[in-house]
Amino acid sequence: MTTKQISVFLENKPGSLAAFCKVLEKHNIDMRAMCLADAMDFGILRIIVDDTFTTMTTLKDEGYVCQITKVLTIEIEDKPGALVGLLTALGDENVNLEYSYAFLSRKADKAYMILKLDNMAKAKEVLLKLGTRIVCQDEMEQIFGD
Amino acid sequence: MGNYFSPERETASLEQIRAWQTEGLIKAVNKVWNNVPYYRRKMEMAGVTPDDIKGLNDLKKLPFLTKDDLREAYPYGLMAEPLEKCVRIQSTSGTTGRRVVAFYTQNDVDLWEECCARALVAAGATKDDVVHVAYGYGLFTGGAGLHGGSHRLGSMTLPMSSGNTDRQIQFMTDLGSTILCCTPSYAAYLAESIHERGLIDKIRLKAGIFGAEAWTEEMRHDIEQALHIKAYDIYGLTEISGPGVAFECQAQAGMHINEDYFIVEVIDPKTGEVLPEGAKGELVFTSFSKEAFPLLRYRTKDICILSREKCSCGRTFVRMSKPLGRSDDMLIIKGVNVFPSQIETVLLNNGYAANYQIIVDRQKHSDSIEVLVEMTPEMFSDEMSEIKAREKKLVGDLKSMLGIYAVVRLVEPKSIVRSEGKAVRVIDKRNLYKG
Ligand SMILES: [Zn+2]
Repeated sequence: MTTKQISVFLENKPGSLAAFCKVLEKHNIDMRAMCLADAMDFGILRIIVDDTFTTMTTLKDEGYVCQITKVLTIEIEDKPGALVGLLTALGDENVNLEYSYAFLSRKADKAYMILKLDNMAKAKEVLLKLGTRIVCQDEMEQIFGD
Repeated sequence: MGNYFSPERETASLEQIRAWQTEGLIKAVNKVWNNVPYYRRKMEMAGVTPDDIKGLNDLKKLPFLTKDDLREAYPYGLMAEPLEKCVRIQSTSGTTGRRVVAFYTQNDVDLWEECCARALVAAGATKDDVVHVAYGYGLFTGGAGLHGGSHRLGSMTLPMSSGNTDRQIQFMTDLGSTILCCTPSYAAYLAESIHERGLIDKIRLKAGIFGAEAWTEEMRHDIEQALHIKAYDIYGLTEISGPGVAFECQAQAGMHINEDYFIVEVIDPKTGEVLPEGAKGELVFTSFSKEAFPLLRYRTKDICILSREKCSCGRTFVRMSKPLGRSDDMLIIKGVNVFPSQIETVLLNNGYAANYQIIVDRQKHSDSIEVLVEMTPEMFSDEMSEIKAREKKLVGDLKSMLGIYAVVRLVEPKSIVRSEGKAVRVIDKRNLYKG
């Protein structure tokens, strides 16, 4: 019930993200979601793509240092307070949110969130109890479709 | 201009100098042959015995010694006297991976201190001066050398050691320091700090002796202007004794080598062939007067030019130029010897590929070192805090390996400039060897 995210090392300098996107474009890779976290001189780019393994191979061939990280993708209900209840429940169970980012699906007309938590098993338990829908890797294609 | 510490020696005729050297060389070769199996083996391999060394012209028959030999023979392998006769140990600066230790008998210390006293007198010091020694004290030879020289001269010695700039300036103003001894970059920093505090009128310095790192004529000019002093260069190596192997006189045109204690040769660093005086090449020293640690034909890796032109100061000792470069890859940063291979060792010890580049710069006369490290899968993580922790560990390991603080910057793989497929390891922006 997890999603495979690719984390890539990027230098924090002009043009490095553009250069990375050009590589994806060259290989016809669609970025479904992305988030860039940066320190002073470098950043970690986190992306969700359709074909994780092919993309990993391509990126390595292109000379990037990258790795696969398991994250949770959840569907967010379009109503006020939905996210608050969910984060509070996780906090109550001592599950720490390391980072998160959101994306939209035009096809499904829904909003989704990627969550990286320090205790994934516990998090899943909490989320399922709340009735939150967790999207599996296989379902990603349905969400994005083409 | 006739102030000398040892007038009869510093102004001796070339003939006399050659006589001292010849006698000293023959004695040293026999002593080493009998007492230092490491060097005897080298001589045997070169097919040379003490009988082959009858004069200075035979010096070239002897095998060279390098820093590698010193490391291989560490710690006692090159000693020519029993340990009981030794009274002091000094070591090269800052490095843990490539330590070189030198031993001194009392006579060796006396000789070294005499060399430093000569340097002080050549810079205008007398027994009435207050000599402010702001070189580091400890294993490093800078502090001990000038301290000893000042004692020998009978001047007032202020053993400040390095750092604590406020205290340096306070002592300088309260106790009226007249001769400053430190690295040129620290002198420049002190000058700036004195001006910032508006204390230049309270400073009574008249001269400075600045060594242990390369500096340009431009830097000399800046320091002289800022402190209203004459700034003199000094040269030395722990292996040969320490600072004072050569020193500048008031002509400020090259450093006189104490030829009554050391024989100097200039060689082609590639072939090892001895070059005529006046040619540019690597300096090689034979410390024939040293008792505990005499080195025959020690290669300094410093590229210099010698001049035997008559000097206006009256000294007859040959003069060496400021080092014009190195024949190996050693860098001197903040007065500390740094080899690129040390950075490689730190990376490999951490389990990372050794793809790095060293960028050395000097801003406001102060050195800085930045190490670019190409990211590897082993170093990478999805978690920022983990990468930061690994980066911090590298900084710590580099600090203990090099003895100085280096900034680490993580860069993308294959982003370090390659030249013909080989990564460019060092970019030195200081242009030290141009002035
Ligand atoms: Zn002179």
